[in-house]
Amino acid sequence: MNKTLKGWKDIPIAGVCWKPATQYLTGDWKTFKPIHDAEKCTKCLLCPMICPDSAIKWNQTNEEIEFDYDFCKGCGICANECPADAIKMVREGGE
Amino acid sequence: MTTTSWKPTAKEIVEKAELFTSGHRACAGCGPAIALRQVMKATRGPTIVTNATGCMEVVSTIYPYTAWKVPWIHTAFENVAANASGIEAALKAMKRKGRLAHENIDVIAFAGDGGTFDIGIQALSGAVERGHDFLYVLYDNEAYMNTGIQRSGSTPHGASTTTSPAGRVIPGKLQYKKPIADIMVAHEIPYVATASIAYWQDLLVKARRGLETEGPAFMHIFTPCPRGWRYDTSKTIEIARLGVETCIFPLWETIDGEYNLSPQSKIFALKPERKKKISGYLKMQRRFKHLFRPKFKHVIDEIQHRVDERWNRLLKRCNMTQSD
Repeated sequence: MNKTLKGWKDIPIAGVCWKPATQYLTGDWKTFKPIHDAEKCTKCLLCPMICPDSAIKWNQTNEEIEFDYDFCKGCGICANECPADAIKMVREGGE
Repeated sequence: MTTTSWKPTAKEIVEKAELFTSGHRACAGCGPAIALRQVMKATRGPTIVTNATGCMEVVSTIYPYTAWKVPWIHTAFENVAANASGIEAALKAMKRKGRLAHENIDVIAFAGDGGTFDIGIQALSGAVERGHDFLYVLYDNEAYMNTGIQRSGSTPHGASTTTSPAGRVIPGKLQYKKPIADIMVAHEIPYVATASIAYWQDLLVKARRGLETEGPAFMHIFTPCPRGWRYDTSKTIEIARLGVETCIFPLWETIDGEYNLSPQSKIFALKPERKKKISGYLKMQRRFKHLFRPKFKHVIDEIQHRVDERWNRLLKRCNMTQSD
């Protein structure tokens, strides 16, 4: 029976997390989804600063705010704080 | 100590790589996750992070996933400051022996209020007394949230938690919050600051100052928790801002023991009529719901009284008394 047990050299080093969390999508947690209105947006860059999930990104090439729905948990902080009222929360999956 | 002239612009910060990435499993609307993101945006070069047990340790490294892009070490509730001391001492020894490729490596210790106010204070007190060069960041969500909202030394007076429940007789927690930042100032360390996630620029500058400080630096960040404070997830930043506007959590820093009010709080010292009443802040959070019953109305006055008392004491320390 002892033969089936692994020695200390064979087991993985304890507690080393080796996969990036970006492979674990948290986007399906959300009930409400933020919709960005590019017309109203003044690009003040407040929302990427206060998103807990780094799900609001600044696209450097076309200078636009982009939402990453793979990670957005739909908390609604961005919509609540937006000074230009350019973000609206809508129910995921439509009405 | 010299103060940094670093004034980050929003563009510079959003273009900087995320060191605390998406995919962590904090609740929607998590305040501490915002604090960690913002602090990691203030780093100036290679950084080693150590994290006490707590919400942010649990959510950021669920095996086999990690949300950290920097070397990161988990440690127990009580010894994150001891761990940071060890890392800093090892870096110093390697540098002396010429085995360090980098000119400078910063060490940051993250801990929640449980790991700082209660369990970790002995290690923290020892580490700053020995004068290790590291930045200690306390993200304060005012209870042990990840184990199920138990009261801590940081939980404010009147808050209902699972171990200080509000009932017919007792209005939630009976004790007041420990003034931890003042306790750290009393250790005579070169840099202590309080910050709020609602004012990101102020927070980033303070974090950078803490990193640039030669010797121990301590930062107390106010991070509302939708789950434990029982409010809608979208209100996190609003409540963090209200905390500053009601002066229950004023923003200040001490450089070599000299108190300085930060501009966000200074406005309420110069124009006291703009300071908001505490009842609005309490009303937004259902952990204080019972205080609005006629029986416990007096508790709100007690809290207001205590807030004013602490605020006036702070103004005296900053040489900004209201009569001037």
